[in-house]
Amino acid sequence: MNIVVCIKQVPDTTQVKIDPETNTLIREGVQSIINPFDMYAIEEGVRLKERFGGKTTVITMGPPQAENALREAIALGCDDAILVSDRAFAGSDTLATGYTLANAIKRTGEFDIIICGKQASDGDTAQVGPGIATQLDIPQITYVKKIEKIEDKTLVAERMTEEGFEIIQTSLPCLLTVVKEINEPRLPSLKGKMKAKKAEIISWKAIDIDADEGQLGLGGSPTWVSKIFTPPPRPKGEIFDGDPEEAATKIVHLLKDRLN
Amino acid sequence: MDYLLTEEQIMLRDLCREVAEEKIKPVAAKYDREEKFPWEIVKILAQSDLCGVYIPEEYGGMGGGILELCITAEELSRGCAGIALSFAGTALGTDPILLFGNEDQKKKYLPDIASGKKLAAYGITEPAAGSDVSAMQTTARKEGDYYVLNGTKHFITNGGEAEIYTIVAMTDKSKGTRGASVFIVEKDTPGFTFGKKEEKLGIRASSTRELIFTDCRIPKENLLGREGQGFLIAMRTFDMSRPGIGAQAVGIAQGAFDAALKYATERVQFGKSIASFQGLQFMLADMATQIEAARALVYSAARQIDAGVKDVTMQSSMAKMFASDVAMQVTTDAVQIFGGYGYINEYPVEKFMRDAKITQIYEGTNQIQRSIIALNLIKESKKK
Repeated sequence: MNIVVCIKQVPDTTQVKIDPETNTLIREGVQSIINPFDMYAIEEGVRLKERFGGKTTVITMGPPQAENALREAIALGCDDAILVSDRAFAGSDTLATGYTLANAIKRTGEFDIIICGKQASDGDTAQVGPGIATQLDIPQITYVKKIEKIEDKTLVAERMTEEGFEIIQTSLPCLLTVVKEINEPRLPSLKGKMKAKKAEIISWKAIDIDADEGQLGLGGSPTWVSKIFTPPPRPKGEIFDGDPEEAATKIVHLLKDRLN
Repeated sequence: MDYLLTEEQIMLRDLCREVAEEKIKPVAAKYDREEKFPWEIVKILAQSDLCGVYIPEEYGGMGGGILELCITAEELSRGCAGIALSFAGTALGTDPILLFGNEDQKKKYLPDIASGKKLAAYGITEPAAGSDVSAMQTTARKEGDYYVLNGTKHFITNGGEAEIYTIVAMTDKSKGTRGASVFIVEKDTPGFTFGKKEEKLGIRASSTRELIFTDCRIPKENLLGREGQGFLIAMRTFDMSRPGIGAQAVGIAQGAFDAALKYATERVQFGKSIASFQGLQFMLADMATQIEAARALVYSAARQIDAGVKDVTMQSSMAKMFASDVAMQVTTDAVQIFGGYGYINEYPVEKFMRDAKITQIYEGTNQIQRSIIALNLIKESKKK
């Protein structure tokens, strides 16, 4: 089984700062880590390989220093690592990123399952995974919390919803985005770390992935950010205690007043 | 600080630190309270390839030496010395096999230890034979192709949990210490049972238990080295293992110090952090210096063993003794810096203090270490 895991290097912080001039993330002075949600994708990719055999390839689009994230993924059990890096990709939005990664995945050859984290901790869009599946024209299951079985080129997965979960069957190849309920990521092993240190990271530029230049980078990104702001904190709710019937009456009256 | 470690050793240290921070620290208090054996952590150590760091690659290990063992013991002990003992106690049980095992014995036992599938333990102490090893009562009588073991070992680390036990027993009592031999005994051998599990002041995640041998027949192939070599094997084993106890002590001291330094900079009294008072500054400076000195001694002893220096007895004893005395002092001072909060179990320093005490006692009390050091000094002076 050929498994591809897509990861993103993100700033190691929950307090993302935005440059008010350019409306982009401020990355300076913050250490980089693998997007926490992608750690579950890596773990699932490695577990699938351990169960079914085959190979797990990890792939990222990013600046040259994203190589560190790929080495960490190898230490965690991935076999090959591909860095898709070119100035032409600068300024990519989720559409251009999905397109670029999809083209890179095509270049890897045959694949059965692509796994992504549900979203990145910096941009929080949750669009790149679905974007890749669309570009590759393959089925996708988002917010997967469990892979139930893989048999005869079909996969059955449990998908989280707000109310509970859905069970979905799909043909392979397919793309999954995973949530943290799916597994508990392992720590790297010593052998893995040694392998990661020596591993050769494959590096592809725009010309290597057979891409239409117009769909790359800033030029291929229709998204524009008009404004970024922190939403005001939710005001504190009101608690009605005492006799339930009286409280209910009070609430009904209050709601009626508000509606009028 | 730069400890002149190789790139691989730094990688090992960082990995152990990550395991201690992320996996051990969060559960240390729970295991201390419940006195349960930390199998979930042993599994993580195995998965991370840490169980065999000191075992040669040909037997499935990572090919490191005593320094790698010490780095691992130190870093894991920073999280919890009791949990780390599942690793260090196994190393102690494995050392006799590494030192005196023949090819068949090494091939049979080392790979499972290296992979973390099995733990090991070392059985020498008896109720009446602590520091005085020669008072040992456990016997091994040869009967055809077997040895028959009788007697009781106690205070055995990893007792009941380990699968592989290296046991010192008398094959010929009339010869005194020259009549001792070492055997490998597997768990579940008929006649080998476990007695009471001790309730302890510290290292409570570690299992300390009695081993009882009642006409326990083991194949003669399980004799390590030759008959009568037992005392030599035991002493050579201690030469190798004592820096590891020193490393454990350094880890305990460092763990307590880290907590104390953080607390001292955060705790405000009289309108400023208590770290701004010179009384505490001097304590912190002394603690940090003592830890550095202890670590230097431990690493130096480990490096000498790894380099094949012939007589390392004195260095090993010095490393164990000094580092464990430092651990006791530093953890006591850490409790002092925390004040009343240091004395209650909501903060981690009282546990470090309880855990530190054993390092002054086991693998030879620090009084025995001083005797060993003095005897070596006198012996050397006579040579001149």
